[in-house]
Amino acid sequence: MTVPLPPFWRREWPWALALVGGFLAVHYLPVEPLVRALALPRPAAEALRLTQWYTREHVLLCLVPALFIAGAIGVFVAHESVMKYLGPRAPRVLAYGVASVSGTVLAVCSCTVLPLFAGIYARGAGLGPATAFLYAGPAINVLAIVLTARILGLQLGLARALGAVLFSLVIGVLMHVLFRRDEQVRAAAELPEPAPGRPLRQTGMFFAALIGVLLFATWGAPLTPSGLYATIHGIKWILTAGCTLALAAVLVGWFGLPARRLVLPGAAVVGAGLAFPAAPAVPFAAGAISLAAVTSTQEGELEEWFGTTWSFAKQIVPLLLGGVLVAGFLLGRPGEEGLIPSRWIAAAVGGNSVGANFAAAFAGALMYFATLTEVPIVQGLIGAGMGKGPALALLLAGPALSLPSMLVIRSVIGTRKMLAYVGLVVAMATLTGLVYGAVG
Amino acid sequence: MRVRVFGPGCARCHELERASREALDSLEYPYEMTKVEDIPGIAAAGVLRTPALEIDGRLVLQGRVPGPTELRRIFEKAHAGAAGAT
Repeated sequence: MTVPLPPFWRREWPWALALVGGFLAVHYLPVEPLVRALALPRPAAEALRLTQWYTREHVLLCLVPALFIAGAIGVFVAHESVMKYLGPRAPRVLAYGVASVSGTVLAVCSCTVLPLFAGIYARGAGLGPATAFLYAGPAINVLAIVLTARILGLQLGLARALGAVLFSLVIGVLMHVLFRRDEQVRAAAELPEPAPGRPLRQTGMFFAALIGVLLFATWGAPLTPSGLYATIHGIKWILTAGCTLALAAVLVGWFGLPARRLVLPGAAVVGAGLAFPAAPAVPFAAGAISLAAVTSTQEGELEEWFGTTWSFAKQIVPLLLGGVLVAGFLLGRPGEEGLIPSRWIAAAVGGNSVGANFAAAFAGALMYFATLTEVPIVQGLIGAGMGKGPALALLLAGPALSLPSMLVIRSVIGTRKMLAYVGLVVAMATLTGLVYGAVG
Repeated sequence: MRVRVFGPGCARCHELERASREALDSLEYPYEMTKVEDIPGIAAAGVLRTPALEIDGRLVLQGRVPGPTELRRIFEKAHAGAAGAT
């Protein structure tokens, strides 16, 4: 007997099976009995423990909504309206400003940063704005912000985003000043034709509902049992459900989703909620699966939304879990030790000395971090004794640069400019780390 | 028709290539597809956002992978345009 699958899933079911099956397997893996039965050495045990912790704490409530948001940014945000400020005729000052913050909407995935950098340099606003974009892009895309803030703490998440924006302006202007003689007349880039957009109010409501789901579902337990923060924590699942309803209303009202297609998902979510009143993750999972099922089979922009979300998931989730395994193996969970002795790390990048910040920035610039894996690695390093300043230095220099990306950057702007850029990034990351370590 | 797909080898670029082939095969248009994967080459074609799609020298799509229906419509339109010009 064959089950009739929609075309999308006929092609993608092995991936779906691998991702969902892998998630469930790691989630329910009996780690401790396994460690004892196999007498696993400590680094291997730490790798399994850390991976399970990530899977349980961060995948369903945080990564899944963040992926849907990233997909939505790729499909529903009118990129053309941002891109025109990066074109060759855009006012200079404006181009710098837009370049430094537009990574949020333009660079959802790291593989779009380098082409866009090359395009802005060769055919757009020039070297300054292009380097500003190159530096800030990887640090302020939506997945990086969400994951950094959630795992490394709100303070470091904000410091990373703000540091990236501010210093991208400095680096961009310095690059422009250093190489202003090389500026040449540039050909105009072909901007994509603006698609007929929907009213801003509708797109805004749509994103507000999505972000609301992410925000409330991951609302952490408060330190003190009173105040607004605690009140919200008490009713977080009601608020999450409210945002989900709002999302459903937006999809039906403005995104052309027939209301009858929500009958089954609605029943599934409510049923799961009634059956497991103590485990809100169950109805949440039912909701996420329903959203995937409904959008992947709805022709047009909803299908495109899910297609984009799905390709991010395929690209990011395996890399991230691989990164978590490696981080757990080498560095252990916070407070535990992996393969590398904590005192080595404390000696190299502990405290907030110039040397520690420089070591973190320099290592980060050379090392290649697959999308988002910088987060578990920095988490492991902090747990093993890395200082706050060096952690930020690594976060700022790491995703912006790696040996492979240096080669690509060199092919676009040449050796001299590339070396100047690398030098500026390492210097700026060291400086930012020092300031943050001293203040924070 | 001459079709070029631009992208530095990321998942969504492969996806656009695959979907384009599928659409072209189902429409039974004769085509020749090349992939541009090096960053300077992508920039030289005027592409800013990848994945991007070019048909007979005209950039028709940037920064997204449309659904199969829309992709077919894009190729049909380009095909009709090319037939009208000759």
